[in-house]
Amino acid sequence: MSNKTINRHEKVETNVGLFFTLAILAISIGGLVEITPLFFQNATTIPVTNLKPYTALQMEGRDIYIREGCHVCHSQMIRPFRAETERYGHYSVAGEGVWEHPFLWGSKRTGPDLARVGGRYSDAWHFAHLTDPRSVVPESNMPSFKWLSETELTGELTAKKLTTFNFLTSSHQRKDAQGKRIPLYSAEDIAGAKAAVKGKTEMQALIAYLQSLGHALK
Amino acid sequence: MSSFWSIWITVLTLGTLIGCYFLLRWCLTNFAGVEEGESMGHSFDGIEELNNPMPKWWSTFFLITIIWGFGYLLMYPGLGNWKGLFGWQSSNQGILTLAESKERTLSNLKKDSGVLNQYDREVAAANAKYGPIFKAYAARTIEDLASDKKALKVGQRLFIQNCAQCHGSDARGSTGFPNLADNAWLYGGSPATIEETILKGRKSHGMMAWSTALGGEQGVKEVAAYVLSLSGRKLKPEQVALVEVGKPRFAMCMGCHGVDGKGSAAMGIKLGAPNLTDNTWLYGGSVRRVEESIRNGRAGIMPAWENILGKEKVHVISAYVYSLSHAK
Repeated sequence: MSNKTINRHEKVETNVGLFFTLAILAISIGGLVEITPLFFQNATTIPVTNLKPYTALQMEGRDIYIREGCHVCHSQMIRPFRAETERYGHYSVAGEGVWEHPFLWGSKRTGPDLARVGGRYSDAWHFAHLTDPRSVVPESNMPSFKWLSETELTGELTAKKLTTFNFLTSSHQRKDAQGKRIPLYSAEDIAGAKAAVKGKTEMQALIAYLQSLGHALK
Repeated sequence: MSSFWSIWITVLTLGTLIGCYFLLRWCLTNFAGVEEGESMGHSFDGIEELNNPMPKWWSTFFLITIIWGFGYLLMYPGLGNWKGLFGWQSSNQGILTLAESKERTLSNLKKDSGVLNQYDREVAAANAKYGPIFKAYAARTIEDLASDKKALKVGQRLFIQNCAQCHGSDARGSTGFPNLADNAWLYGGSPATIEETILKGRKSHGMMAWSTALGGEQGVKEVAAYVLSLSGRKLKPEQVALVEVGKPRFAMCMGCHGVDGKGSAAMGIKLGAPNLTDNTWLYGGSVRRVEESIRNGRAGIMPAWENILGKEKVHVISAYVYSLSHAK
């Protein structure tokens, strides 16, 4: 047939540059509409009133939580369904997570949600449970993490971690009366970070972190 | 949301929907002038491309989804600040305190609020259903509820959900977590005390580490021998000899455990010091464990549940716990 009639499809199919540009345009629209505006909303950038930065020990515990992959089996995201809030407490809101880098919402619950686990059990319970989960919850399939009591923290990187968090949260920190951002950690916090964790076990750090979770909306 | 972002979202969303419609139309138009089923005029390795338009049912469905999209955006909040004709929202977003969330819920549930908060509606419906049941339970005494099979069933469910992690699903506890079925109480077992324990939690006064005060390991062994003798334990001959030496040393322990070792609850004070004469051992009753307790001390904590479960549910759980040691 005649090759002279316009086949506009062919124009896109045979021009890599044009095809690439159109494809990028198509796939970026979802992000531009659903993600980009969230960087500029009050709900997602203003911390809830009682949000407190992690202490040095809790910060180390958080890194152990990440290292051991706790977030693979435990979520930290209570959804707004009664079935969840009856068990875990008020649903999670964005303002609780403004200082989280990275967030640990998780995506799967082999174990229960931990978003508000802080204060629910005693430190002794957490110790017994992390050492030998089945000693307190016979039907539990959680692995034992007893070696955490054998490793002591050196605190070498703690100050660096706090400094990094000051940087990561710099655009979402609270403001003082003059409108200046207040960093999460003061110079004294950072100077004392090593001493605050040195000699503590990883177990103590992890329990301190777990006990800190979920108080921001109480 | 600022009007800039509202417009940004609205324009991009509607633009995409309309764009999809024009893309569909463009793809359905035969620009090449080739009849359906005829060759498009090129072939690779003897394979020819024919003009095969998209099936009609497929393109019709595509069109329907576009129309559906407009309808959806009219009814639900998808376009920036447009709240949708249903006034639907999943939950209270952007709250900064729990009090603010409660306030918003109250105003959402007003008839003329124009808001359909799905979570608040769900909870309100459940409260309408279960609220009266718990209210009726709350009006009755714990002793009374403890003989009501239905109430106990509710209490047991709540117990298993919230308390079994420490106290066990049979409420018989484990090392460091008290057995609730044996009628041995650290803080007292009256209905009111049980309820107070659950509502407010307990922070034991804490047993200090006695090793140094007792002059080292020998002192620990002596006191342990005496303590074990209090519950009538059969002791090894070498321990029997220690009992008499340990007895005067026990004076240090009397402040919390009482002169006779019957514990703080027997004296009517809430220190959480256990009765040492009843052969019930919170941290294990072997010689080794008792010595360990004396050497290093102990401190138990019961978390407070008032803010998590609320008074009415705690009342029913209290009745269940009470019933375990007061079976009828």
